[in-house]
Amino acid sequence: MGEPPTPSQTVGPFFSFALPFAGDAEAVEPGAPGAVRIEGQLIDGAGDPVPDGLLEAWEGDQFARCGTDPEGSFHFVVRKPAPGPDGHAPHLTITVFARGLLRHLTTRLYFPDEDAANAGDPALQAVEPERRHTLIAHDDGGVLRFDVRLQGEEETVFFAV
Amino acid sequence: MIDFDPPYLHPDYRSTVLRAPARPPVRLPEDWFHHAPGPVFGRVRVGPDDHDLTRQHRGEPIGERIIVTGRVLDSDGRPVRETLVEIWQANAAGRYVEPRDDHPAPLDPNFTGAGRCLTDADGRYRFVTVKPGAYPWRNHPNAWRPAHIHFSLFGSELSSRLVTQMYFPGDPLFAHDPIMQSVADPRGRERLVARFDLDTTQPEWALGYQWDIVLRGRDATPMES
Repeated sequence: MGEPPTPSQTVGPFFSFALPFAGDAEAVEPGAPGAVRIEGQLIDGAGDPVPDGLLEAWEGDQFARCGTDPEGSFHFVVRKPAPGPDGHAPHLTITVFARGLLRHLTTRLYFPDEDAANAGDPALQAVEPERRHTLIAHDDGGVLRFDVRLQGEEETVFFAV
Repeated sequence: MIDFDPPYLHPDYRSTVLRAPARPPVRLPEDWFHHAPGPVFGRVRVGPDDHDLTRQHRGEPIGERIIVTGRVLDSDGRPVRETLVEIWQANAAGRYVEPRDDHPAPLDPNFTGAGRCLTDADGRYRFVTVKPGAYPWRNHPNAWRPAHIHFSLFGSELSSRLVTQMYFPGDPLFAHDPIMQSVADPRGRERLVARFDLDTTQPEWALGYQWDIVLRGRDATPMES
């Protein structure tokens, strides 16, 4: 039998002097081939921005981290990933940390210009049809918009990991 | 597998009320997701002295100098090598450098309170710092957080990502802290508490604490709980 994992505890409100690093939100140079900019807002159950959150994006060899600003906004610059194996559409894994989150949350960001691949993606298919849109970024004039809602009517789909 | 993780919603910790998702997380087959390889850390620079929080300024910080060390293990007890460990904490007076912290305790010009290191071939990390102070917060009347150091770890795959807090043995504030008490099982809470260790203690220099961290791991065998 294995050892039980060490329990999670919240990241708390005071990490901005420790976890950010130079260029952390940009996994690739903004002008690099295939680079996409993602912008979003982290929003709580009252509809208010979460100004003390931290999000990370990862996919293959790419890793980016961004603390939210006073408006709850974050951004990433990443190279758009290739489709995954077994019919998985291109996606990023997004982890969310904040005061009030005793454990971090994990979600996926899918791309709006991949309708066919998204339609066949097994993880999206595991989600109730009426909630799938919370996982798909939308094109906002050349920037991909991806808001993360922790609670409420439009609560983002999170995955058990 | 026994799971000591806290719930998302723990109303005694007030900030969970508007931030805990109301819907249960969607469960996917493990192979799709959990074993996605963790990120590459080339971008997070770890300097040779980043593990020593007492040497980041011209002078030495005020406080009780301590060594905090331990091993990072997977669920089968094997060392997790060369994984990034990031820590952050309040100073000895219980004040964070973070501008949002308005606790009226002094800042220490010789202490930032952030460090990082990579585990060695044995899965071991080691930090030198000062013991953080307890500090008040506004969760409920007369609320105080027990002294703690925040830890962030990655491990080898998505499911091993962990952010947690390490506490010091025998703190009378444990029973009054809704964040620590969000871990319902006392065996789970015990895993968050470091052990004072005289062998780690360096004579006439610093007290030593040992704290091992177990990450979810690739070869963990799921069991019905």
